[in-house]
Amino acid sequence: MAQSAATTTAVPAITPISLRTLAPWAAFFGILMLVLLYFAGAEQGAISVIAGEGVHEWVHDGRHLLGFPCH
Amino acid sequence: MNSISVRALLVRGMLAGLAAGALALVVAYFLGESQVDAAIALEAAHHHDHGGGEELVSRTMQATGGLATGILVFGVAVGGIAALVFCYALGRIGAFGPRATAALVAGAALLTVYVVPFLKYPANPPAVGDPGTIGRRTALFFLLVVLSVLLAVAAVILGRRLAPRLGNWNASIAGFAGFVLVIGVAYAFLPSFNEVGKDFPATLLWQFRLSTLAIQATLWAGFGLVFGYLAERLLEPGAGRPATGNSGVTSPAERAMR
Repeated sequence: MAQSAATTTAVPAITPISLRTLAPWAAFFGILMLVLLYFAGAEQGAISVIAGEGVHEWVHDGRHLLGFPCH
Repeated sequence: MNSISVRALLVRGMLAGLAAGALALVVAYFLGESQVDAAIALEAAHHHDHGGGEELVSRTMQATGGLATGILVFGVAVGGIAALVFCYALGRIGAFGPRATAALVAGAALLTVYVVPFLKYPANPPAVGDPGTIGRRTALFFLLVVLSVLLAVAAVILGRRLAPRLGNWNASIAGFAGFVLVIGVAYAFLPSFNEVGKDFPATLLWQFRLSTLAIQATLWAGFGLVFGYLAERLLEPGAGRPATGNSGVTSPAERAMR
């Protein structure tokens, strides 16, 4: 009963955000966030951008506990 | 107008990710750190290059500042990405309001980004894992993350296509079954690694892996709830989004339904 009432009240469809407005945000911030993830999760593991072990050692516990392959 | 709401949602996503990261940090510190310590003690008792002689970062710093950095940065980054996914999904995956969409996005993220890769390549504590295979293990782990996300997108598209013919419920089942099937095939064909030493305690390994799951579940549950709340407040109370602009139908009764 409650369900049929819900369907007939019909949620006014939400207008999706158009791809054109979303794309620049997604491209720029998507890449930025992936770079952050890379440094938190994988830098100085299999590959290194910065030489040494500093980044790896600093976020070491976070990597293990977040489930990233660490070493 | 739309552009403003993308920016506002992105900011809220990153803040919700930070809050969720803080929650996950509490779980990680109290639940996970003791197991990391125990594993490192075993590692030191044996041999190994790590933890020997000069320490670059002390254990105390690793377990506090370092852990916080890793988890909070992770929280902010995945929060931002999830907010962007939310912007795309809102109004496109069915008649779900902001809160329900946020919960679905968070649940899908936990499943695809963590649970699916975890079942094939589970998290390893220190002292487990051969440094010689780190390259392959890292590549395969991220491959499985990407594969799982792409398959989930495909499953949603499939579900939406089938919905008019099968109805929402059955179409969702069909989409999900397809996802499970293909992931199962991927599991069967991708190489496995078993690098757990013979004398590594099974209980410690199990508890460590369970902790990592608890951390991720906390993070995504926290994100879904906080971001859902923030997005609802932003988008619903006639705050100038076109969706609510198309009449006063967004009554309290209707909002309560979501």
